Amino acid sequence: MARAAVLGRLTWQVGTVAEIREETATAHTIVVDLPGWPGHAAGQHVDVRLTADDGYSAQRSYSIASAPGPDRLELTVQRLEDGEVSPYLTDTLKPGYPLELRGPIGGWFVWDPAEPGPVLVVAGGSGVVPLMSMIRARAAAGSAAPFRLVYSVRSPETVLYAAELERLSQAADGFQMSYVYTRSGPPGAKVRIGRLNPVVLSAAGWTSAAAPAVFICGPTGFVEAAASLLVKAGHDPGAIKTERFGPSGG
Amino acid sequence: MNTHLDGNVLGGTLGEIFAVDITSAVGQCASCGTSEAMGEALVYTDAPGLVARCRTCGEVVLRVNRTGGRTWLDMRGISCLELHTPGE
Repeated sequence: MARAAVLGRLTWQVGTVAEIREETATAHTIVVDLPGWPGHAAGQHVDVRLTADDGYSAQRSYSIASAPGPDRLELTVQRLEDGEVSPYLTDTLKPGYPLELRGPIGGWFVWDPAEPGPVLVVAGGSGVVPLMSMIRARAAAGSAAPFRLVYSVRSPETVLYAAELERLSQAADGFQMSYVYTRSGPPGAKVRIGRLNPVVLSAAGWTSAAAPAVFICGPTGFVEAAASLLVKAGHDPGAIKTERFGPSGG
Repeated sequence: MNTHLDGNVLGGTLGEIFAVDITSAVGQCASCGTSEAMGEALVYTDAPGLVARCRTCGEVVLRVNRTGGRTWLDMRGISCLELHTPGE
């Protein structure tokens, strides 16, 4: 683990928005320039703080989406309709605006590309964000660690990073992925619609016998259902790391 | 709302106090004796401040509240905390 990235007390810093990319209709990636940013460990998050003119402030945690690197980071923010922070980040924020944040945070839910794998990562909705940082870190490091993403989404329109994931899974370098569609699948495709299930989690080569390190991120209910399925399938509970987000993440 | 998140959300608030990461620290629950990474704790964010509970027995292991430039940290639910202190 990149311990240097998590040592030292955290302080709030002000970065500058360099670029904003639309990932889906309701999710944007915010690229932040932050001179002196030490880089992060894949899986870490930052806290973002907004302060109104009258001094009222609100803060939320957002996972870092980019591969680790200095002076710049990317956050992907899913807009929550009744959220207090995310609508500002997705609708109002523009390149050149300041953004206050502290981080990188967390040395528990992290993956180091120097580890040989195998690694199974399970995403529920925008829970894919910190897992994408791991996937990008693996690619950036030229890691050959066997790596599998199981990505549960409502429908194809809500998939984050779809083109990049498609390209990475075509590279045949040990990264593979499966989608789980809970509401609707790609038009014309004969895919099962429904919740995460034991069959998709136990693809060939990815059963508990392979003893992968497991990372699960998503809403609380999704994370606990996924962890429960994996433990029932024989995975070591000690090999499963989880990160939950909830309405307070809005 | 009475749903929980997990110990990963403790990282920011406690990261302003401690120079080492709290989420990867292993805490021993003073109630049931289970030792687990603090990142595994169940954390309730809708209470005043943050309340972390042992995921094995459900007892409170840590409470932290910040307001008005002060921080209150109650850790009596942890009998021992094992921190990563690299560089020794």
